[in-house]
Formats: sequence, structure tokens, C-alpha cells
Amino acid sequence: MKNPSVSIKHLDLEFGSFKVLKDLNLDIGQGEFLVLLGASGCGKSTLLNCIAGLLDVSDGQIFINDKNVTWEQPSERGIGMVFQSYALYPQMTVRGNLTFGLKNAKMPKKEIEERVTRAAEILQIEPLLNRKPAALSGGQRQRVAIGRALVRDVDVFLFDEPLSNLDAKLRADLRVELKLLHERLKNTMIYVTHDQIEAMTLADRIAIMKDGLIQQLDSPQEIYNRPVNKYVADFIGSPSMNFFEGEIANGQFVSGDLSIDLTRYDFAEESPNATAWFGIRPEHILVNDEAPFSAKVRVDIVEPMGSDTLVWTKINGTPFRFRMDGQAAVSVGDDLSIGFDPARASLFDNTTELRL
Amino acid sequence: MADASATNSDVTTMSGPRGRKPTRMLTPRNIMLYGTLFVIAVYYLLPLYVMVVTSLKGMPEIRLGNVFSPPVEITFEPWVKAWSEACTGLNCDGLSRGFWNSVRIMVPSVAISILIASVNGYALANWRFKGANIFFTILIFGAFIPYQVMIYPIVIILREMGLYTKLSGLVIVHTVFGMPILTLLFRNYFSSIPEELFKAARVDGAGFWGIYFQIMLPMSLPIFVVAIILQVTGIWNDFLFGVIYTKPENYPMTVQLNNIVNSVQGVKEYNVNMAATLLTGLVPLIVYFVSGKLFVRGIAAGAVKG
Amino acid sequence: MAQTGRPTQLFRNKSAKIAAIPMVLTALVVFVGATLWTVFHSFTKSKLLPSTKFVGLDQYERLWSQNRWLISIENLAIYGICSMIFSLIIGFLLAAMLDQKIRFENTFRSIFLYPFALSFIVTGLVWQWILNPEFGIQKIVRNLGFENFVFDPLYNPDIVIYGILIAGLWQGTGLIMCLMLAGLRGIDEDIWKAARVDGIPMWKTYIFIVIPMMRAVFITTLVIIASGIVKVYDLVVAQTSGGPGIASEVPAKYVYDYMFKNQNLGQGFAASTMMLLSVLVIVVPWAYLEFKGERSRG
Repeated sequence: MKNPSVSIKHLDLEFGSFKVLKDLNLDIGQGEFLVLLGASGCGKSTLLNCIAGLLDVSDGQIFINDKNVTWEQPSERGIGMVFQSYALYPQMTVRGNLTFGLKNAKMPKKEIEERVTRAAEILQIEPLLNRKPAALSGGQRQRVAIGRALVRDVDVFLFDEPLSNLDAKLRADLRVELKLLHERLKNTMIYVTHDQIEAMTLADRIAIMKDGLIQQLDSPQEIYNRPVNKYVADFIGSPSMNFFEGEIANGQFVSGDLSIDLTRYDFAEESPNATAWFGIRPEHILVNDEAPFSAKVRVDIVEPMGSDTLVWTKINGTPFRFRMDGQAAVSVGDDLSIGFDPARASLFDNTTELRL
Repeated sequence: MADASATNSDVTTMSGPRGRKPTRMLTPRNIMLYGTLFVIAVYYLLPLYVMVVTSLKGMPEIRLGNVFSPPVEITFEPWVKAWSEACTGLNCDGLSRGFWNSVRIMVPSVAISILIASVNGYALANWRFKGANIFFTILIFGAFIPYQVMIYPIVIILREMGLYTKLSGLVIVHTVFGMPILTLLFRNYFSSIPEELFKAARVDGAGFWGIYFQIMLPMSLPIFVVAIILQVTGIWNDFLFGVIYTKPENYPMTVQLNNIVNSVQGVKEYNVNMAATLLTGLVPLIVYFVSGKLFVRGIAAGAVKG
Repeated sequence: MAQTGRPTQLFRNKSAKIAAIPMVLTALVVFVGATLWTVFHSFTKSKLLPSTKFVGLDQYERLWSQNRWLISIENLAIYGICSMIFSLIIGFLLAAMLDQKIRFENTFRSIFLYPFALSFIVTGLVWQWILNPEFGIQKIVRNLGFENFVFDPLYNPDIVIYGILIAGLWQGTGLIMCLMLAGLRGIDEDIWKAARVDGIPMWKTYIFIVIPMMRAVFITTLVIIASGIVKVYDLVVAQTSGGPGIASEVPAKYVYDYMFKNQNLGQGFAASTMMLLSVLVIVVPWAYLEFKGERSRG
């Protein structure tokens, strides 16, 4: 990548003997919206704190706009940060919160005023400037927290699970606003979350992390359609992917009585003969339709969810979920004919769990 | 770049700062910080040191030196004398009498006050009944009333009960004045136990005492330890109640210590005095150093007691 | 389990009520009853024995004309104000220093807190010894060559109360440090991070952000210190017995001496009622604020 906005090279972080981040490399482009996604404890927040300079790294380097900032103070790195708990200074007004850092940097009064006005206009918090954080709603507080990053007039924004403390509806609204904000400002944004919907909707690229390592770094589409390993395949998508364990032989996936023709599957390399996992997403199942592969199943459980219906059945003794239309008339005990296109499936090696 | 492994290839090791920012141990800030802490620590430890060294010196050596000079000839005689021979105004059998009095006061006081307060806190937390909160509020406010306001009427009450100057009377006094803080401690703790557990036990047919003994008690050992620490140090260190509600042969250790050291008769034996002081402080000090974090938890809760 | 075959609802309530009897008795008989009894008798002619002969404010007039009471009040005021200021400042500074992710934090904390485990009697006696002019600090400084150095607070009526203050602070600041440290640790770590990203120096973060956030902790701590100060008694008894002369008398000692030594109960009652009054002045506004706060939160 040319002129990356943020570049992380061979980053290690240890707490005592526990390695949180292991030889991590990551380049983030100018104006890119990158989401760090993973379960709790995967090191995503730790990585963000390292970029911010709030944690000292054990080894490796961090560059922001081609400047080596590995040893710089957080305030000198050209970043703004938004925290999960908002971290607003409770005794100061919104204006006080926005200006405290600038005043401290001895910025001329006039410029401070201009920046605050601009940030307040962008975030539509002008009427709130003289209130204290305690008098604001969760969404308003979050906006002020973003404003505090905005007035710093920096190139890189860091978000540490900024929407986690909000209720579901507000979260959806602010998600859209964040996206609009990024469209407007075109800053580099690095965003940590454990919510895959946020990741899928916001990101230009997603980095999925596990145990201090990046499992996959790709566009949301690519991660959804072509997960590089079984962990990523299982982690992305809700409800998660159906898996069968079996053998690949002669272009066929065989698991017990089940046999799936893999002619349409796009193998990374030559079709191997190996034990493997076969994965197919519940939403890629078709009912009563022509499909390259089809099977007869009996319905065990029906979970109507309004917009769609989740049906539980068994194939070959393995629990199997699929999604139907919300209006579908199915009930327990019904016999259905289902099918899917193996081209939409994912195959993973049984031992390495890597995509085949 | 397709995936993470691909990024590895185009990373070239670059010059410039890398890894942990080198920090020197001897920055001006660290020197200031640790230096100040060290000096203050010495100041806090000094009295303990003075007590120890003085109690190990003979009187001639004390007259020649100062309070900080370490003993040249270590002698344990002051300790023996403080324990078994030192004189108050009335008798000359040392602190041992006070020690055993304190034990006889402390053990039942701790046991009874904690038993009553724990049941009480449990009743307040889980069996709210009409008026309970009024009494509890009075109790908490009572913790702020200076003891001096209440001591004389209590003398009258104890006299009427025939317990004035008796150890059992002092046990009642300690139970009464320990009640606000202990009740608060237990009430808060029992309130923090999920109510579902209590409801489940009631559905299963357990009654007031059944739930207390079979469910609450086994779950609350730590808070009992905190309460015991709080009460042992508090009652052991009490002076006011001891001097008011007992007579000289029943005086607790603190009162006797004060009488020994501040008695005007005879020559001042500073080494014996310091040995006696150290002996009296030993019980709470041992409790303190053994209990560690639990002590901190106890005082944070007991701070209200003032 | 055990109680079947009874009207359970009634029985359960009964058990809880029986269990609460000691609390009810303590609250009503001791805290309310005894307090009212004393306040009432402070308006009587009680002398050797409690009397019910009403004399209005006579006891209070006598009290406030006593030199010893005035000195006691003055001492309490000096001790109280200094003790509040110094224990808050020292306690907070110690807590802030321990909060710097330092090594040996537990060791330092244990050292600063151990005096709090000791009784005021022990505290008073050991400081009486250290401040002894013949063998203590004064002697040491004189031995260093400063022949005319004078430091004998316990023998100088003008400064004796500061001698007691030194001992009181030594015993009590550890507690304040612990309360402050708990307050500091209760502050959201993201606040510190936000301040670092904003480039606020540490001392500014403490003064403009952290300390204002700890307002409630400071107020509660002040109430705890203040209500403890009013009760100061053992320390004075052990360290100076009120001397030299009556220079280090305090109200609590006045009460005890008049009730149990001078057989002048009325004076004791009046003095203790004054102590109660001063505590009410501190506690009631605080409780009102706390209670109001809890209501609006609830």
C-alpha cells in the first residue's frame, strides 16, 4: 500500500508472560474505515490503545502519516479517540469538554471558537454547548465525545466500541450517522467492535482478530463470502454457518449418506483429497426449488422472527438451520425439500481449518 | 492485499524508534516520587521503631542516649516487668491482668455483637417489615451521636440491671455501640446476594432461620471475617467504655496501660512503659498484618464509626 | 422446612421482628432515649445525682463562663480545622502517589495504614515519648550542635494542641488515604485516557477533572473526619492528660471529668449536649444532601 495513513509493523505486546499481540502487521489507507472485529479478549481494544499511544508496545513500530510515532505521547500522534464510556469530563460543560485540550495546547481563542462552531454544526450539538454531560442523553453524549475528537482536527479517528452502551434503536441510528460523518470528513477511522452488524455496515475493510492475531483482513463482502478459515466463517453471520464433517474424494464431499458434488465449488488450489469441513450459510438454502444439490428434511423447530423464519432440522444426524421467508407456512413435522448451490459453500481443511 | 499473511511480505523493517520506549528508572519524577514515599514511610515507621528500641534498653542506657539510638545491650527485662510487675496506682501485677480482662471482654462482645447484627442485617435485607427502615435510620444516625451524650443514662440502665462495673455490662455496651456499623455491613452484604436465591428458598419452604443458617451463613464467610476484624480491633482499642463501665480490677488493657504509664508515683521507667505500650498494640497489629486486604475493606466500611 | 402447619405469613413476620428486637431497643432506648434524657437533664440542677429540678439555661451559662470549657472549644477548633485540612491534603497526596502504578504499592500502603490499627492510647503514649524534650527530638537536634533548639510541644501551653495534632495525624491519615485511593480507583479509566489524548498534563488532570469528580468522596471523608474529631478524648488523656495545666483540654474530656470525677452531672450534660449540637450541624446538611441525592437517583 502506498502512503498508508496508519502502518503497524511487527507489533508485539506482552503483559508479563502473556502475549496479547503477536507480530502484528497492518496497513490502513488514507481515508479508510477499518473495523477491528473479534470476541472479547482477542486483543482488538489493546491494538487500538497501542495505536493511540495509551499502551507501551513491547516490540515493533507504529507509523501515522509516515511518521514513526512509536515513542510519541498520545496527544502528539495526530489522533482523536472516542471511548465506550464516552469519558466526558463531568464537571465541564459541553463547550468545556470540547475546548479543554485546545486551551491547554495554547491555541488562539479565535481558532478554538471556529473549530468548536464547526464541530457543533457537523454534529448538530449547538443547542447543547452550555449543558453538562449529566444533562445529556446517551446519544448526545456520544456525539459530544465524537466532537472532542473532531475539534482536534486530526487525520486519524479511533473508536473504542463507541456504540456499545446505547440501546439497539439508537445504536442503529448513530451507525448511520457515523457512516455519513465518514463520507463527509473522509478521515481515516479505526473502529473497534464486537458487533458484526456494525462491522459489516461501516467498514471498508474488516480485520477479524483472535488471540492477538489478525485472522482475515478484507472487505465485508469477501469476508462474508470467502472466509479464510473456519473461525471466521463461524464468527461472521447470524445464525452461524452449518457445518458437516466429512471427506473430499474425486470432486465429491462425502459425509455418511450425504454426498455433495463440488464441481461448481471454486477451490483455492487443485481439488484435494482430504478430510474437511463443509460449511453453508442458513440464508443460502433454497426451499422447493431447483438447486444443484438437494435433500429431503423433516422440520424439528420453527422460529418465526417476523422478517424471516428460522427452521431447524437434521441432515445426516447433524443439526441444520436454514432461513425461510417470514410468511412461510411451515410447522413442526413437515417434510421439505431443500437445496443449495455448492458454489456458495465454504470448505475448510479438517486439521488446519484453512479454506480449501 | 488479500489477507493478513500478505501484509507480512511487504513490511520492511524500518529504522527509527521501535518497541518499548526506553525509560530510565532514575527520572527526576521517579526520584521525587519514590524519595517522598520513602521519607514518609520512615516517618510512619519511626514510632514503631522507637517503641521497639526503647523497650529493649535498660534505664541507664536510656538516660544517656536518645529515643532513636539503638540498644547497645538488649534486655528483655522491661517486657517481663511490663507484663507481670508494673504498677498502676492500685496494684502491681502488670499488664497481664488487663490483657486477660480484654480477652474476656473481647471474645463475648465480638461473638454476640456479630451474631445479633448479622441476623438483624439479614432481617432488614430480606424480610422487610413495616417500620424496619425507621429503626435502621435511627441506628445509622445514632452512629454519629457523640458517645458522651449517652454514657450517663447507660450507667443508670446498667446499674438498674445490676451489671454496672461488671464485664457483662461492658459486653452489652460494646454490642450496642457496634450495632450500627455491623448492621449496615451485613445489611449491605445480604442485599447484594441475588434475591432469586432467597425467593427460591422460600418457595422450597425454608423459613426465617432455615434460610439464615442454611443459605445466607455459608455464603457470607468473608463478611463475617471483615466484621470480626473490625470488632476485634475496635473493642481491643476501646478506652472510654472500659474506664466508665468497669472497676479497676476489671479494667481492659488500654485503661491499665494508661494507668501504668501515666501514674505519677515512683520513677518513670520509660523502657517498661514502651514495652507495655507495644504489648497493648500487638494484638491489633497482628490482626492488621495478618488480615491485609480484609482490614482495608473493614475500615472502609467502618469509617462511619469515626 | 421446619415451620409447616402454621399460618406461615404471620410466623415469618414474627421471626423477623423477633430478630430485630435488639436493633429496636438500641435505637429507641439508647440512641433516642438516652440522648433525650441527657438533653433534658442538661436543663436541670443535677449535681451529684440526676435531678429533675428545672433551671432553664443556667448550666449552659455556667458552661460558657468556664475558662476550661472555652479553652476546650478553642483547642477543638484548632485541632479540628488543622486536622481536616492536613488529613485531606496528606491523605489525597499519599493516595495520588500510590496511584502512580508504583512498585511496592502494597508495602507502602501497609506502612501508612498500620497506625490506624493502634489505639489512641498507644498512639498518645508513644508520641509522648518521642516528643519528650529530655530524650526525644529536642535532645537529638541539640546533640547535633544546635544547643538552644527548643521543641517541647507537650510542655508548652501555647502549642500543646499541635503536639497532639502530630500524633492524631500520624494515626488517622492512613484511613483518609485509603478512602481517597478508593475514590481515585473508582474513576473511569477512560477519563484518564481521554485526558492523555487531549494532551492534558497529569497535575492539570487531577486538579480540573479528577478532584471535581471526587466531590462526593471528599464530602463524605470530611464528615467522617469531623464527627471523629468531636469525640477526641483518649488521645489527649494518654498524651497530656489535658496538661500542662488545662492547656490541652477538649470537650469530651470536660464531659467525662464533670460526670465522673467532679460529680457535677449538670455541667457534663450541658457540655455533651453542646457536642451533640456541633455534630448535628455537620451531619444533618450532609445527610440531607445524601438523602436528596438518593431520592432523585432512585
